[in-house]
Amino acid sequence: MSEALDLSTFIERKAPGRAHMTLAVEGVGCAGCIRKIEHGLQKLPGIVDARLNFTQRRLAVEWHDGETSAERIVAALAQIGYRAHPFAPEHITAEDDRETKWLLKCLAVAGFAAMNVMLLSISLWAGNISDMTKETRDLFHWLSALIALPAAAYAGQPFFKSAWRAIRSRQLNMDVPITVGVTLALGLSLYETATHAVHAYFDSAIMLLFFLLCGRYLDQAMRRRTRQFAGNLACFSAEVAHKFGSQGELTRVPASVLQPDDVILVQPGEAVPADGTIVSGRSEVDQSLVTGETIPQAVEPGMTIYAGAINCSGALTLKVAAAGGSTLLQEIECLLLRATEAKSRTVRLADRAARLYAPVVHATAAATALGWILVGASVHDAIVAAVAVLIITCPCAIALAIPTVQMVAAGRLFRAGIILNSGDAIERLAAIDTVVFDKTGTLTLPEGVADVSSIDPDVLERAARLALSSHHPLAIALARCARLRIPYAAVKEECGSGVRGEVEGQEARLGGALFCGAKQSSQNKLGAAASTIFFTHAGRVAAIPIRQRLRPDAVVVVRALIARSLRVIILSGDRAEAVEPIARQLGIAQWHAGFTPTEKIAAIEELKSQGRRVLMVGDGLNDAPALAAATVSLSPITAAQLTQVRADALFLGDHLAPVLDAIALSRRAKSLMWQNLWLAVVYNALAVPIAVAGMVTPLIAAAAMSGSSILVTLNALRGRFGQPDFVREARSAPAQAEALPKATARTAEHAPDTLVAANATAARDRLEYAQ
Amino acid sequence: MNVLIYLVPMALLLGLTGLIGLMWTLRTNQYDDLDGAALRILPDDDVDRE
Repeated sequence: MSEALDLSTFIERKAPGRAHMTLAVEGVGCAGCIRKIEHGLQKLPGIVDARLNFTQRRLAVEWHDGETSAERIVAALAQIGYRAHPFAPEHITAEDDRETKWLLKCLAVAGFAAMNVMLLSISLWAGNISDMTKETRDLFHWLSALIALPAAAYAGQPFFKSAWRAIRSRQLNMDVPITVGVTLALGLSLYETATHAVHAYFDSAIMLLFFLLCGRYLDQAMRRRTRQFAGNLACFSAEVAHKFGSQGELTRVPASVLQPDDVILVQPGEAVPADGTIVSGRSEVDQSLVTGETIPQAVEPGMTIYAGAINCSGALTLKVAAAGGSTLLQEIECLLLRATEAKSRTVRLADRAARLYAPVVHATAAATALGWILVGASVHDAIVAAVAVLIITCPCAIALAIPTVQMVAAGRLFRAGIILNSGDAIERLAAIDTVVFDKTGTLTLPEGVADVSSIDPDVLERAARLALSSHHPLAIALARCARLRIPYAAVKEECGSGVRGEVEGQEARLGGALFCGAKQSSQNKLGAAASTIFFTHAGRVAAIPIRQRLRPDAVVVVRALIARSLRVIILSGDRAEAVEPIARQLGIAQWHAGFTPTEKIAAIEELKSQGRRVLMVGDGLNDAPALAAATVSLSPITAAQLTQVRADALFLGDHLAPVLDAIALSRRAKSLMWQNLWLAVVYNALAVPIAVAGMVTPLIAAAAMSGSSILVTLNALRGRFGQPDFVREARSAPAQAEALPKATARTAEHAPDTLVAANATAARDRLEYAQ
Repeated sequence: MNVLIYLVPMALLLGLTGLIGLMWTLRTNQYDDLDGAALRILPDDDVDRE
């Protein structure tokens, strides 16, 4: 490592002389890893503490300032065999942790109170039908009040606060009836206790809070977990930029800290870390992640290139564009904003239920009170009946109905290699009837593959081993064919042309047509669907086509989607010649090529205006607005970062099957959600008339409440078992769809060289260990 | 029913002890890394070998 890595932006200083840093670590999988990492770091001088959080795969290190450095720690970890990425602790994460902890505290307090109040209540119920004295009953009521009142004041805060926020903005949410119900029940119970009445409702109020908090906590825990995972992934794919300092020296800095007008160096094979104008250097850039176009584009000084493009051949010096000056990214951001606004208008199932439910609950309770007064009951009795209605109908089961299913479904999806970015994605995924695919990087694998059918194996082996020394994306694809993965000695990379070296005593070259002395015309013979890399050795020239490879199970998955009467469409930014064969191979009749981001959005809006609910699967920067415009969206983990953030869910690995799993599991989850809602409704329908009639006793209220909650939770747990039929079919079908020769099949096993692909592998490993 | 005078406080005290214990585990971040805690008991390097 010749240039220094500058990590100063990630260091926190909590105490003078102490530096602290959090790192996301790749490849942690067992107890041995914890020990290796922690002990390995303890050996460094100046380390105060190193602790690995295995659940989050994050390492917290603290050291004496000056005795060691962040850079040395990262290097030490690399030496032990773990890639570590500094993690900028965001404000949101800390806020998230606090919120989760607070909910758990509330849950604990409510649980403690509910247990103890029930202990007293059961004695009371038993005592009321046997020989309990009035004094003992009053004592038990006062004891219940002593426990329930402070506990409710503490544990009810999440609901009280949310209800207050809703009322202040003149709205009703689910928390309003909860707050009214709990407050009234506690107030009334206090009055009953003071007047030596037979019944008090402390138990009902506190049980209600306990069950509601369970649902709230599950919901929060699920979202926190996916956010953490996504945070780590973002960290793994955070790019490093080579920045020129004031004296012209190069330092490596994280791309996120680049400022406009910084001058950076982009070497061949690297991704461009920021939008910018080329100051010097000539090269070809692969913009497939930006526009979907697969043929590299030649660039020269003065031209603007965008973040995410891969620099293919020559080193480029780039002046980072001003934040407001980048045209493409700005336009995409703008489109995104509009599309996201449109999506937030669709209402979540839970909210829809709440919106319907809250007024009904209030109205029923009010009507009960009024009704009893009209038929001549005392105000006291009328209020007792109304409170009973409020408690019975308070959406215990409804509050649990959806979070529990979401939690279970998210766990299933996680095991299937799908990471949810938003909790309500499940509901939207379940509803879709059209699937729109991007081509490059989505239906095809992000890396190309060498078409070796017409090449002599010996020549191929030499070419592939020579390719090991190159950073060019085409060469990297070819290098995966090498059986012996040892690069030749003394190979020289010539910027902008290719690599050359001595192979078996004779000069060998790998690179462009001109560099290898091949005729330009041989490029065209191979057709437009492939890029070509040339190899010359001992006077013979070989042209090796590098093709886009379909994901191994793309055909099976697309067929299964069509068999489920889903409409499948391809919207690609690539040329028609590249899209057509793939559409034909997959049996997709409707495909569009050469679409700009705006056209993609227009196409999706058009589908939506026909009443279709669209799932967009895409990975490129040009897909990001379309992803946001679609009803729901999926991205492979290799997608551009901006795209990953926009997608509702990400899927891991080389296979397309997660798309199928996502739809199948979501549909199942959705049906479980509806079942749960209906269960809750039926329970209420049975219990409410009894409550309105004023015949409900605390025993019935408590039994109805806990009974419905437990039933709903058990029903949600059914989501853990069984597998939807067509997922199994697709899984068991052999991947006979492989259009390319067998030699390519094993490439998936080799460690891919590109940064993004390495991330995907690491992420997949992590997922396997996480199970 | 005189037995209640010490039985009820005892029951409450036991419950409270549990609650305080839970609050303490929360404050000392013991739920941050449940998977790690399960694995950390496996290595024997804290045992003195003769």
